[in-house]
Amino acid sequence: MAWITTVEDVTVIATESLSKRFPRVTALDRLSVEIGPGVTGLVGANGAGKSTLIKILLGLSPATEGRAEVLGLDVATKGAAIRERVGYMPEHDCLPPDVSATEFVVHMARMSGLPPTAARERTADTLRHVGLYEERYRPIGGYSTGMKQRVKLAQALVHDPQLVFLDEPTNGLDPVGRDEMLGLIRRIHTDFGISVLVTSHLLGELERTCDHVVVVDGGKLLRSSSTTDFTQTTTTLAIEVTDSDEHPDGTRAVREALHARGVDTHDSSGLPGAGHILLLTAQGEETYDLVRDIVADLGLGLVRMEQRRHHISEVFTSEAEERKEAAVHGS
Amino acid sequence: MAVEQPVRTPVAPSGDQTRIHNIGYRTYDGPRLGRTYATRSLYSQSLRGAYGLGRSVKSKVLPMLLFVVMCVPAAIMVAVAVATKAKDLPVDYTRYAILMQAVISLYVASQAPQSVSRDLRFKTVPLYFSRPIETADYVRAKYAALASALFVLTAAPLLVLYIGALLAKLDFADQTKGFAQGLVSVTLLSLLFAGIGLVIASVTPRRGFGIAAVIAVMTISYGAVSTLQAIAEAQNSTGAIPWIGLFSPVTLIDGVQSAFLGATSAFPGAVGPTNGEGVVYVLVVLGLIAASYGLLLRRYRKVGL
Repeated sequence: MAWITTVEDVTVIATESLSKRFPRVTALDRLSVEIGPGVTGLVGANGAGKSTLIKILLGLSPATEGRAEVLGLDVATKGAAIRERVGYMPEHDCLPPDVSATEFVVHMARMSGLPPTAARERTADTLRHVGLYEERYRPIGGYSTGMKQRVKLAQALVHDPQLVFLDEPTNGLDPVGRDEMLGLIRRIHTDFGISVLVTSHLLGELERTCDHVVVVDGGKLLRSSSTTDFTQTTTTLAIEVTDSDEHPDGTRAVREALHARGVDTHDSSGLPGAGHILLLTAQGEETYDLVRDIVADLGLGLVRMEQRRHHISEVFTSEAEERKEAAVHGS
Repeated sequence: MAVEQPVRTPVAPSGDQTRIHNIGYRTYDGPRLGRTYATRSLYSQSLRGAYGLGRSVKSKVLPMLLFVVMCVPAAIMVAVAVATKAKDLPVDYTRYAILMQAVISLYVASQAPQSVSRDLRFKTVPLYFSRPIETADYVRAKYAALASALFVLTAAPLLVLYIGALLAKLDFADQTKGFAQGLVSVTLLSLLFAGIGLVIASVTPRRGFGIAAVIAVMTISYGAVSTLQAIAEAQNSTGAIPWIGLFSPVTLIDGVQSAFLGATSAFPGAVGPTNGEGVVYVLVVLGLIAASYGLLLRRYRKVGL
């Protein structure tokens, strides 16, 4: 290829003040977001507008205003072309119980335009990749929830799309099944090279799986950033020190020394080893140096100093609260 | 557009036959045949499904049984005609479907719901519409498939009659003309019955309700129309008979074919519609077919995703 764009440059999904209003509700409210390749989480409570956004991106529901592009194609005019390159796994059950996974996925592959032979080959490959083996010849009616989710995923991947929309793929799964599904989602990008937009109302699981998280609430964009940004903007440090004869309670001594220098510590009660662990907010490099110096001056041993990763949920709730406060002040 | 794909594992060369290689993910670079092909695939899958092909053994029983029941009387008639060296077949080509209408209605009632209600009930419809195929393609494929299945069901016995008639050395020109008229008639019947059946079935995701509703519409309307026609005849108001016939699918087909396809009407006293009334019949039949298609389109535009 003469000109190769690096992966980072490509925008997979772009929306520009995208709005969708129904007679009684506003599902999307001037949503502008750009999503690159990789695994992107779309987070929001139920009714936040996630499914509406997917419908618009598939070109199946016209936006009230604004515009959106998927893989560089306008959703308003190029719906069919988009749907040829994109896979979709719905949130709800969508499998007929009386056919086998193989028959069903072959049929869906042909509906995506794959010739009969290719449809059969791709089906066998895809079912193997999602982890369905001998059971794929049995009627779907007898499958566990986890197996059904895999069949739903397989039908979204069978035509080798460039992008898949996964709507709540971990719904109804037990913790083990949830982990397996998340691992599979990760592999869709790393091993298969397919970009993923995955929705969930559980924030914690997206933190582990996604490169990028978009948070929507009430149809509005709350936040869009990479998962590393999300959890690093405010780093919390956890510190544990030894005790000495001079300072029988080393932890308290450090806390007092920090307070004397104007650094606040957080309440760590409720965490494991609460009495021995100090939590403080790192303001930058100098905070690390300060802790090192204080511990050295007191003649204590520094057992650990580590970053505590924030949970996305904390970011989400704090921002929602801020917004609420702003709304209260505004009115 | 040059999008660099992340490195994907290439196809492993076929080496040692006894070892299984984990060949990793393979991309698909082959042809994508698009909407027309997908619509055709859906058509052939639905047509096969209407006879239980590609489905469980259990679902083959009823359609196959009804197919046999449709053909057996034709075979018997042919055997009788050949054995007795009759000058004509005991039944007109156009009359055959009217005689067997109960079997045809039963077939529509059992297969229309299986064709559309399943997709609605198990919510498979969104999977279709998240692909290049559009609402109209889906409706066309499903409608064409059921109409074709009905045509096979109704035209097969006519073919048996025709071949039998030729074997019995009946007049070739006469038989061919009758056969052709019969085919036109069952084509209209297939389109009309498939449309009505699908519209009713597409309203309910429950297959049982669909079956009951189709049977009810087909038999109750026919029962009511025949009764009213019989009363009209008893009261000597024969002029009303053709107009009453407009209100049930079977009598509609009967009216069209007795006005234009050389059939003797099965109406009481064989009072078929005149040519003028026949035009009304044709318009109503075509109108109903168009309306069924329109209603199906509207229905599926709503269910979308």
